[in-house]
Amino acid sequence: MLGYLGVDVGSVSTNLVVIDDQGKVLVDLYLRTRGQPIQVVQEGLRQVEKAIKGKNIEICGVGTTGSARTLSGVIVGADTVKNEITAHAVAASHILPGVQTVLEIGGQDSKIILLRDGVVVDFAMNTVCAAGTGSFLDHQASRLNIPIEEFGALALESTSPVRIAGRCSVFAESDMVHKQQMGHSLPDIIAGLCDALVRNYLNNVGKGKEILPPVVFQGGVAANVGIRAAFEKALGLEVIVPEYYSVMGAIGAALLAKAATKDKGNTKFRGFVVSELDYQASSFECQGCPNCCEIVNISVDGEILARWGGRCGKWDTLPKTG
Amino acid sequence: MKISFPYMGTSPLVVSYLFENLGHEVVCPPVPTEKTLSLGVQYAPEFACIPFKIVLGTYLEVLEMGAEVLITSGGCGPCRAGFYGELHRRILRDLGYPVEMIIMEPPLREPLDFLRKVYRLLKPAKLSNLYHVFRVAVEKMLSLDEIESTMHKLRPLAYNKKLITKAYSEGLEMIRQADSVKEVKEAKQATLEALWRVPANHEYEPLRVGLIGEIYVVLEPAANHDIERILGDMGVYVHRSIFLSEWVRYNVLGSGEKHIRASAIPYLNQMIGGHGQNSVGEVVRYAEKGFDGVIQLAPFTCIPEIVAKSILPAISRDKDIPVLTLFLDEQTGQAGIETRLEAFVDLIKQKRRKREAS
Repeated sequence: MLGYLGVDVGSVSTNLVVIDDQGKVLVDLYLRTRGQPIQVVQEGLRQVEKAIKGKNIEICGVGTTGSARTLSGVIVGADTVKNEITAHAVAASHILPGVQTVLEIGGQDSKIILLRDGVVVDFAMNTVCAAGTGSFLDHQASRLNIPIEEFGALALESTSPVRIAGRCSVFAESDMVHKQQMGHSLPDIIAGLCDALVRNYLNNVGKGKEILPPVVFQGGVAANVGIRAAFEKALGLEVIVPEYYSVMGAIGAALLAKAATKDKGNTKFRGFVVSELDYQASSFECQGCPNCCEIVNISVDGEILARWGGRCGKWDTLPKTG
Repeated sequence: MKISFPYMGTSPLVVSYLFENLGHEVVCPPVPTEKTLSLGVQYAPEFACIPFKIVLGTYLEVLEMGAEVLITSGGCGPCRAGFYGELHRRILRDLGYPVEMIIMEPPLREPLDFLRKVYRLLKPAKLSNLYHVFRVAVEKMLSLDEIESTMHKLRPLAYNKKLITKAYSEGLEMIRQADSVKEVKEAKQATLEALWRVPANHEYEPLRVGLIGEIYVVLEPAANHDIERILGDMGVYVHRSIFLSEWVRYNVLGSGEKHIRASAIPYLNQMIGGHGQNSVGEVVRYAEKGFDGVIQLAPFTCIPEIVAKSILPAISRDKDIPVLTLFLDEQTGQAGIETRLEAFVDLIKQKRRKREAS
């Protein structure tokens, strides 16, 4: 059977999926990046290899996305290296043809994508503040000593959510502390936080955008039923969370890899053996001009595989991605 | 007195030539770098815009290089830039640089003040020489703009983008050295030929994107992450709404960019300072010219561009043209810009494909 591998390396999570020729998900993995993108991609490949062992699946295309898309693209040997907005849009319209709005909240960024007739017509990403993202929720959950998995469900128990300033994560936190000290119940505070986060998202990322149904909500934060309920309340629309909501970027990358390899018929995939190679990343500061660019070298067994980070192109050996 | 001035796009080449040949000692400002920006950020108010910070950084650099007099533009609002010269002067004074600032206000607003300053700048020049110097400076400015726009037209088509960069930077050097109208024209011709000689696919029809927004961040690659080059390397043709020669023609010699403002009127019928109304008008014009998309560049906290941004979705809908707004400040990461540009290019590519299919 033909399989296509999608790799999405983000700030918080690294996701890998294998899809078949019809776009059906065969394997899906959600791992924590923990600031070590190379190791986590290798670990992911090891697990994927194990999962497809004996199932006669041949990987004939690989795509990468996410903030470490260039790095992971070099490591696995990607056929496509795509930005996460396109990858998420491709995945959403594959899972739900006719989708018109994609809400995506990940670890460190959040985005909105508008599609009409299957084509992306507008998008936006958060620019100024990270208050509306998964890292902040993670932080608050651990501060309140509640497992992040139960965080959203608690919000649903609330009868009267408190109002929390959601503009900035620092102010939101001090406001939450204040509300706790005042004696509000935990579910009311968490529900208030969900409302604040959604309000912040809609006022910043979603500003001026025409949000039409069907609305799909994906990214790690879509696991949070409290946030989903807050979105439904604020929008007055049903919000659909797809089955593979947390790995949609990787599904998009795999679908793009399938499209990219369809014409040329071969793949640049370096094989599962790369999970055992010794990749090293090193960096130095170029002294060529006062820009002092930080140049990164990626090498395997002492041989430089790729290099980036320079402004003038003097050090670049990598072809630019699109 | 050693004079210097802010760095913006290719203009230092022209301005240096002009002042040197008027008989001044000139400290040519260096290309702004990360260091320039850091210097500016360190001494600027936090919510001043990025042009203020880069220019302040440049001033600190040229003062270290021995500059004594700084020449800059004024303005009469509502954009804050009109006060920047004075604010810069005070910040520099507090830092221990007793610098003299010559702020050129709009000529018609304070004609006497303007003439006095012009007289001061022209004083060391030989009268017989004046016409020649201005003639060459104008020729340099026109040539630089023609070379630059040709470079941006050819970059998306070229197989090896580095050859375009090389031909272009060699061309700038030739223009810098040219010392007569004839030499400038020859340098321009040689550069254009060199650019056209770069192997390219002339059959390829690139996506066309218009670049609009506040003048400094549109003209200065150090402020906009070299966005024209990034897009050009991705195979996208970028048409910039502002070129120095056009700006001078409309704003210094003429009566303003009336045709652009006329296009803005159905959406915004008054001046809101800076390039706000122009930005609105330019989007309408790009849509009418059949461009695939428009990118608005705005300094973070820039009021005119914020107002313009809030109007752009309506134009985008009416005229069916995608618009991407990028706010720029010292916090803006290169990776974030590239992700948005890649996604925007995917968006307009799909849109064109769909249009061609139907």
